[in-house]
Amino acid sequence: MDLNLTAEELTFRDELRAWLVSNVPKDWSDWREKPMEESFPYLRTWQRKLQEGRWAAVSWPKEYGGRSASLMQQAIFWEEMARVEAPPMANSLGLGLIGPTIIAYGTEAQKKRFIPKILSAEEIWCQGFSEPNAGSDLAGLQMEARLDGDHYVVNGQKVWTSYGWVGNWCELVVRTDASLAKHKGLSVLLVDMKSPGVEVRPLRQMTGESEFNEIFFRDVRVPTENILGKVNDGWNVAMSTLMYERGSYGARLHLIFKSYITRLIELSRNIQRNGRPASQDPLIRQKLAQCSAEIEIMRFNQMRAFSRITATGVPGPEGSIQKIFWSELNQRLQQIAQEILGSYGQLLAGDPRAIEEGIWSYAYLRTRGNTIEAGTSEVQRNIIGHFVLGLPRSY
Amino acid sequence: MQFGLSESQEFLKDSARKFFAGECPSAEMRRLMETDTAYDAELWSKLTDQGYTGIIFPEEYGGVGLGQVELMLLMEEAGRALLPGPFFSTVVLAGSVLDAVCTPALKSKYLAPICRGEVRATVAILEANASWNSRDVQLNAANGKLNGEKFFVPDAAVANFIIVVAGNGVFLVDSKAASLKISPMSGMDLTRKLYVVEFRNTPAEELGSVAQLPRAFDIATAALSAELVGGMQRTLEITVEYAKTRKQFGKPIGSFQAVQHQCADMYLETESSRSAVYYAGWALEEKAPDAATAVSIAKMYASDAGRTVGNRGIQIHGGMGFTWENDVHLYYRRAKASETAFGDATFHRERIASAVIDSGNVAAKTA
Repeated sequence: MDLNLTAEELTFRDELRAWLVSNVPKDWSDWREKPMEESFPYLRTWQRKLQEGRWAAVSWPKEYGGRSASLMQQAIFWEEMARVEAPPMANSLGLGLIGPTIIAYGTEAQKKRFIPKILSAEEIWCQGFSEPNAGSDLAGLQMEARLDGDHYVVNGQKVWTSYGWVGNWCELVVRTDASLAKHKGLSVLLVDMKSPGVEVRPLRQMTGESEFNEIFFRDVRVPTENILGKVNDGWNVAMSTLMYERGSYGARLHLIFKSYITRLIELSRNIQRNGRPASQDPLIRQKLAQCSAEIEIMRFNQMRAFSRITATGVPGPEGSIQKIFWSELNQRLQQIAQEILGSYGQLLAGDPRAIEEGIWSYAYLRTRGNTIEAGTSEVQRNIIGHFVLGLPRSY
Repeated sequence: MQFGLSESQEFLKDSARKFFAGECPSAEMRRLMETDTAYDAELWSKLTDQGYTGIIFPEEYGGVGLGQVELMLLMEEAGRALLPGPFFSTVVLAGSVLDAVCTPALKSKYLAPICRGEVRATVAILEANASWNSRDVQLNAANGKLNGEKFFVPDAAVANFIIVVAGNGVFLVDSKAASLKISPMSGMDLTRKLYVVEFRNTPAEELGSVAQLPRAFDIATAALSAELVGGMQRTLEITVEYAKTRKQFGKPIGSFQAVQHQCADMYLETESSRSAVYYAGWALEEKAPDAATAVSIAKMYASDAGRTVGNRGIQIHGGMGFTWENDVHLYYRRAKASETAFGDATFHRERIASAVIDSGNVAAKTA
């Protein structure tokens, strides 16, 4: 056990730091609170700049434009990005999830066709997984893909699609054989979102905004060459994408949460409770301390998991404890924020009296989604129960 | 960066697990807990043969010279076996205090015999107010004598000498002194016995100043947290095994989500405690600026998790969990005693609060 960075990790970090100093945009704060429709061209430009420095997809193999970065280097990458408050990348699903899946399962022609444009943000990707009747039970999805000559004809509906409104391409999980047991009859198609019959609608969520879309497919024709992986092996392809989702997401959260708690501690110094600053109220102090400690523990868990993955080679079901930990911690953090802010906590963006432009009321509502998106806490606990602890399946 | 165990650390942990499984299985642990002192001379000499009594101490005093992370691993395995007797009080607590406070001459005199397994020792800290805050210590030595009493002193009846934390220094008394009275307290944890120690003009040798105590106490606190992790691990194992085999409604109860999700939470709490403890061990070893806060994070989390893992373990066992014959309650008892020892979660949260609210930010060294 040695938590000091190795010489190689230090070199990686210093090179990145130096690059960020001269390249990270200074005006992101003017854009960050704007709707994504407005800021999207800005995010594309930022991603292209990262790509020029070969920083857009550090985890990818070198031959595909990445740096073959180790998990520790990836963690360093996200920490450094968070440290300088760098904007997100436009094609975050393409870079984080779908690109790696295409690299793992794609044909040479597919890799050649899709990978460069994922990197350059020229083609934005979205993910068509969940359906109205297939959320946690993803393998129960119904979207039909019927073979018709050298095309599949796709019919059905997807929901909770991030980036659907701007997506050029979609990683779509479909049912290619209804006669097989449910997860055995699935395939993954790479679908051009401009295809006739694709309709994207905004899905308004409880925060009032629309981060996600619903997508309707009516007789959409997809060339058979656009199947990713083998026919009826879509479950494994899709699971590989979800592993990337659970594996890499946590790394960037530590500094984000830390900046929240630091701002909250700062606020607690200026808010009065029982005739003294909230920061001197014993109960508030207990809660802030608990939260600060858990933010550190989240990181320790992450680092341990990375070391284990580095040793064993593959992300495993342990990622589920990360997912549960960060999502529930974020909810507790926002709950404490609401306790400290009192009546002001409810004020929305736009209200002149809202604290910090209403970020806290927004975050409070938004974190309810954390324990649902990317696998509900219940599904994660099932995964731990069955795959980690070896308990019999519960369903 | 490598937050996994090295090969030699894995080896140490694995051999400790095998050692405790062979020398201190459940039946032996239960036999010892029914005795007055929970001490067994034969087991002690085997612990000595393994080098465990000198694990973190310098070789010049007969120690093995391993690091703090190694101590965490050993204590984790000791906790998993619910090792009864004075190992924590002698080696971890008294040993660390002697190592931190004493001159080389005094270390040769008192620490070396601990490493060689020749003596048992303990440290008397708490008084009637049961406060872990050092400024609440009221006992003071005067003219080389101690007068007063200390409470909750672990394993005092088998200690050859007792180290006493006083307001004006750290002192050592011979436990055979006629002016010393040792009487048992009936604690919940049957494997680690507690005592009241009364001093009536008891001759006391000054070991050094209290200034060096915080590091020794941090080591003891982290080690106790590691022991809690081992207890959680064993509770989790016993419980998962039971959930796989116990059938109701024609199915193993572990197939019900209400049960399965509790097991998942036990796993999450155990692993998170372990991460915090390993980090604390590493921070202590490196003498990192955040070491004291890292110890508080570990103790805070493990104190609460030790209890909740036990709660869940007992609940999942149903009626069996409420019986004397099931080991889970023995771990639960230890967890309750360890929860308050060296400060409970509330105590450590306030320590963390003063670090993150009053004096800047909690920052892991590597962040």
